Amino acid sequence: MNKNVRWKLIVIVGVVALAVWAFYPPGQKVNLGLDLKGGVHLVMRVRTDEALKIETDTTVERLRETLSRAAVQYMGLEVTSPTEFVATGVQNPQAFRQAAAEVDTVFSRTPGAGGRETYTMRPNIATQLREEAVNQALQTIERRVNELGVAEPIVARQRPADQILVQLPGVTDVARAKEIIRNTAILELKIVEMGPFPSEDAARQAYNNTLPPDLIIVPGSEDVAGTGGGTPTTVYYVVRRVAGITGRDLRTARTSLDQNNLPAVGFTLSQDGARRFGQLTEQNINRRLAIILDNRVFSAPTIQGRITDEGQITGAFTQQEAGDLALVLRSGALPASLDFLEERTVGPTLGAASIRSGVAASIAGLLMVVAFMMFYYKLTGLNAVISIVINLIILLGMMAYLGATMTLPGIAGFILTIGMGVDSNVLIFERIKEELATAKGVRAAVNAGFDRVWWTIVDTHVSSLIAAMFLFQFGTGPIRGFATTLTIGLLSNVFTAVFVSRTVFELVLGRRQQVQTLSI
Amino acid sequence: MQILSNTNYNFIRWRWYALALSTLVIAAGLAIIISRGGMPMGIDFSGGTIVVVKFDQPVSEQQVRAAVDPIAGEEVVQQYGDAGDNQWLIRLAQSQTSEQGTNLEVGSQQILDALTKAGLPSYEILSREIVGPVIGADLQRRGVYATLASILAITVYIGFRFRFSFAIGAIAATFHDIIVTLAFLVFFGYDLSLNIVAALLTITGYSVNDTIVIFDRVRENMRSMRRDSLEHVVNVSVNQTLSRTIITAGTTFLSVLSLYIFGGEVLRGFAFTMLVGIISGTYSTVFIASAIAIILSQHKRSPAASAQAAAGRSEAAARPAARPGRKSRGAKAS
Repeated sequence: MNKNVRWKLIVIVGVVALAVWAFYPPGQKVNLGLDLKGGVHLVMRVRTDEALKIETDTTVERLRETLSRAAVQYMGLEVTSPTEFVATGVQNPQAFRQAAAEVDTVFSRTPGAGGRETYTMRPNIATQLREEAVNQALQTIERRVNELGVAEPIVARQRPADQILVQLPGVTDVARAKEIIRNTAILELKIVEMGPFPSEDAARQAYNNTLPPDLIIVPGSEDVAGTGGGTPTTVYYVVRRVAGITGRDLRTARTSLDQNNLPAVGFTLSQDGARRFGQLTEQNINRRLAIILDNRVFSAPTIQGRITDEGQITGAFTQQEAGDLALVLRSGALPASLDFLEERTVGPTLGAASIRSGVAASIAGLLMVVAFMMFYYKLTGLNAVISIVINLIILLGMMAYLGATMTLPGIAGFILTIGMGVDSNVLIFERIKEELATAKGVRAAVNAGFDRVWWTIVDTHVSSLIAAMFLFQFGTGPIRGFATTLTIGLLSNVFTAVFVSRTVFELVLGRRQQVQTLSI
Repeated sequence: MQILSNTNYNFIRWRWYALALSTLVIAAGLAIIISRGGMPMGIDFSGGTIVVVKFDQPVSEQQVRAAVDPIAGEEVVQQYGDAGDNQWLIRLAQSQTSEQGTNLEVGSQQILDALTKAGLPSYEILSREIVGPVIGADLQRRGVYATLASILAITVYIGFRFRFSFAIGAIAATFHDIIVTLAFLVFFGYDLSLNIVAALLTITGYSVNDTIVIFDRVRENMRSMRRDSLEHVVNVSVNQTLSRTIITAGTTFLSVLSLYIFGGEVLRGFAFTMLVGIISGTYSTVFIASAIAIILSQHKRSPAASAQAAAGRSEAAARPAARPGRKSRGAKAS
């Protein structure tokens, strides 16, 4: 055997061995997409405006205090949009601006007529806050998904910048998964200023219909857990706008039982939170403490004595609801609520059926192409078959090595690799036939066939790769799987159709001294 | 064995007929698309809800339709998979209420409630797809952008590797294929989905392949057939490459055919698109691409020598050390 050919053979066997090693056993090494193994694909949008609104709200609350300390006179101070607030009736603009200097890093000021000062959030700050909100939401969702115990979940940002993609393989209880992800879980502990009242109007009347700007009315259910029966009625509490203790002060949360042995959520505060909670409760003994979750009072027990680090949220929870609530509290609040934009669920039955039909189509496609090549090119057809099979082995190996995901369209890419890959062999074989007709001898014809077609193969592959590249950036999930398979298949096809196929020719022709004929 | 060896069809003489035929097909296709009120969009692009359920006992289409009929808006009911599978696809268009993300699942809940209320046999949910309007609009934009950008990039590549008039010919053929395929999709009642757009993009890359093979041969023949007209050179090249054009299309067609037959319901639209695209691509390669290349090159070809020199130069630049014997001759000619 020619030394050159021996080296080529070693390279080929090495590549095939590496590829097989990379994907064997395929059941474990090849990642299956959601459309094949079943699961949920969710795309959601973070309402980043809410994060901006919180920033503007807290700024205004702080400013109110500063202004009253500095005794600056003004009529109103109002949040007009998530990124804007307006002060009206400012008597002494100079003094106002000086006192309000603390917000200048975040807001830019536009003076107006009649003592009107408009403050707008600086665009770069707004962008940064939106960015932070999405990242924080991403991390929170990641923690929740991990606590759900889903194997190999994907939580990732995607374009446009406020969207988050979540893929949960094997999850069938979509409603519960969505509830856990969506739950903003903003926990606030506030002292009840007044209430409960049977209606919002009644609450407002208690303040002569003008609620002080630092107070808000929050709905809640009257003692749901305590009565144990009857229809809970909605009541209204008046509490401070800004909470003393929030979910950020939590150290952990877990399911527990309330005094009626019903499921509840117990929580423990962090050291700092416990200190502040201790102060708050000590100063407010015999008043009611509102435990507010997502702007709804869950319970409002009367403070019996100083409480430091332990608390409990009671409500009409089932065991699972209590567990899920503890989970979302542990994983932290979302900075803003979420809109679901897209949801695709594939049941395990359909996924399994897709795998079966995908495999059937691949085998049928391979057999048809092999049959045609053997029929049309006779023994030389075998050469093409070898290169197709090695092409598919390398494709699988690369997919496993790169951790690429095999999706149902990816299987289509697999089948296309068979059909399109063999095109390169056809081009070469047809050229060899033509060269044979000019009676140059078999070896010269084979060499000429490969040499002449090389650049044609490069050009056709480049144009297909260009399309695959745009396909990749266009698509999500399954389509990306297709683009990936197609790209790897095309690249490895250059190796198999040219290098492998030529080596096989050299091996076959090399054995014989005088080559007169070629079965083609 | 050899099909179509040593053919000598005069494809180029037919070029005006071919262009007329294609114009006709494209016009008919566009007319179909317009008459149906634009390309019908699947939920990937238009938004909406699809639920696929499998009943454990046979149900008739009538029963399913009657069950979901009370739901407001238009419902589409289709058999999914084989008749014996008892699988049904129910689709709801985008409703106004699902604009807000929290209500996204309203449609699918309505479907499931309706099925349960109608007293149909018990069922299993095979899949559920809910796409909001935001995503659909975004994907529409990106789909068009990706298709056009990939065509443009391929044009630039061919223009760089061959000559500009060839690139225009190849790209005209590709547009031809896409429009013809779209027309067939509308005619056979397929809605545009992500998978179908993926197939269309694959067609843009694939349909150029055959064209490149012919152009490559034209470039090669231009050196050995210096005294012949471009029409003649192209015609000889098309004939010489005819058998491989048909065989390469045939093998790809075979593999996609197996996908169409065995690949299951999800990939049927994809496979159909590819099948039409492959046939159209082969036709357009033989009749359209080279015809347009010739029409655009005609004024450049005379005097013959200058074109020859240009071909020789591009040859020398584009193929370093590819074929020593021929190349030295080509270099001498230039």
